[in-house]
Amino acid sequence: MSALDTAVRLLLAVVVAPWVGMLLVGLDRKLSARLQGRVGPPLTQPFYDLVKLLAKQGDTTSRFQTACLALFLASNVVSLALVLMGGDLLVMLFVLAFGAVAYIVGGFSAKSPYSQLGTQRELLQLLTYEPLLVFLAVGIYLRTGSFLASAAFSHAEPLLPEMPVFVLTLIAVFGIKLRKSPFDIASSPHHGHQEVVRGPLSEVAGPSLALVELAHWYEAVLLVALASLLWASPIWAGALVGLGCLLASIVVDNVAARLTWSWMLRFGWLVAVPASILNLIYLYATRGGGG
Amino acid sequence: MNLIQKARMKSPWILHFNAGSCNGCDIEILSCLTPVYDIERFGAVNVGNPKHADVLLVTGPVNRRNERVLRNLYEQMLDPKIVVAVGTCASSGGVFHNCYNCLGGVDKVIPVDVYVPGCAAKPETIIEGVILGLEKLAKMPAKPRPVRQEAKAESAEAER
Repeated sequence: MSALDTAVRLLLAVVVAPWVGMLLVGLDRKLSARLQGRVGPPLTQPFYDLVKLLAKQGDTTSRFQTACLALFLASNVVSLALVLMGGDLLVMLFVLAFGAVAYIVGGFSAKSPYSQLGTQRELLQLLTYEPLLVFLAVGIYLRTGSFLASAAFSHAEPLLPEMPVFVLTLIAVFGIKLRKSPFDIASSPHHGHQEVVRGPLSEVAGPSLALVELAHWYEAVLLVALASLLWASPIWAGALVGLGCLLASIVVDNVAARLTWSWMLRFGWLVAVPASILNLIYLYATRGGGG
Repeated sequence: MNLIQKARMKSPWILHFNAGSCNGCDIEILSCLTPVYDIERFGAVNVGNPKHADVLLVTGPVNRRNERVLRNLYEQMLDPKIVVAVGTCASSGGVFHNCYNCLGGVDKVIPVDVYVPGCAAKPETIIEGVILGLEKLAKMPAKPRPVRQEAKAESAEAER
């Protein structure tokens, strides 16, 4: 990878990605509204929300939480940069988990009972999606022989036909990370739903909340990029896989009710994890000499 | 209109509080969210957290039990913010104006920016009231404004 290539990819991850993420979040709200028979907000609605939040009075119950949320944002940016620059997927997962833990520590630092309860549920969400992402990385390793995202990007054949289960687990991960039904137990995005007020974000307001909104934009792009690894060449096919997962999670969000944390754990550990392991066993059993 | 003013106009997050209303106005407020009126197409969202809200929609004449709650919600909202009194009761106390337990209107407790008439107020009127308030909100600087002195004095009296 040349220096120019690196610079372009970095620029893509840090500067272009949030705008794409903004449109993805806007698309989510628009599509949800259409599914409910409403017109819905404009695609650029998240941008106006962000500007408004930044222009609000800066007031927070816990400055420590704002610092944690800044770390959460930073970890999302770094994770995305790692994927787009073809970095190590395992390192990316560690950075992502670091951000999630910062988010949780921040949630616990606020004294509000809603924040405490929501953050406990956030921990359970982490417990559910983290193994699924690790298995995805292992699956990519079994086929490409490397944990590097660049290996998946340059892999000639699509990984998807041999890893069908991971599309389904990714849709669940989309649901959990983007706080969608039936997984929106810790907090809910702000269209219509509410759960334990706003969970870990109950005490976060104004510019601090803007940090979280921005982090969610990066998060949306990161998830699409992760899903696109399953069909990385040609890259537009990967983008379609990523968008397909996003659309599926939006549809699930609108047809499903919120379920309990215990249901989510059972789904994660009794359905999604065994299914991922079965797919991994298949990948291991059928791997060629190069694997 | 600069970007911040435009963003404030296009992204009103609304907190709804029932201060002893008969529920008539509340039903009309919720009907604004339905496909018929769909206020989310203007970016409006019904939030459950005063810290995230820009607009406080209050219904009901406010009584001595909930004036404290109302003031608490108002004080938890970050500036800039506006208050819209929805319905006759919230505007003036309506038929409850001289009841011994009622204060007779939201403006006895917190400063009100827009009064929406009607018993119950129609969804169209509520939306127009919020938009009127947003025009005021957009021009506000982001600095705190004091709670009305007379309201403070009155509440001190009530506590005694």
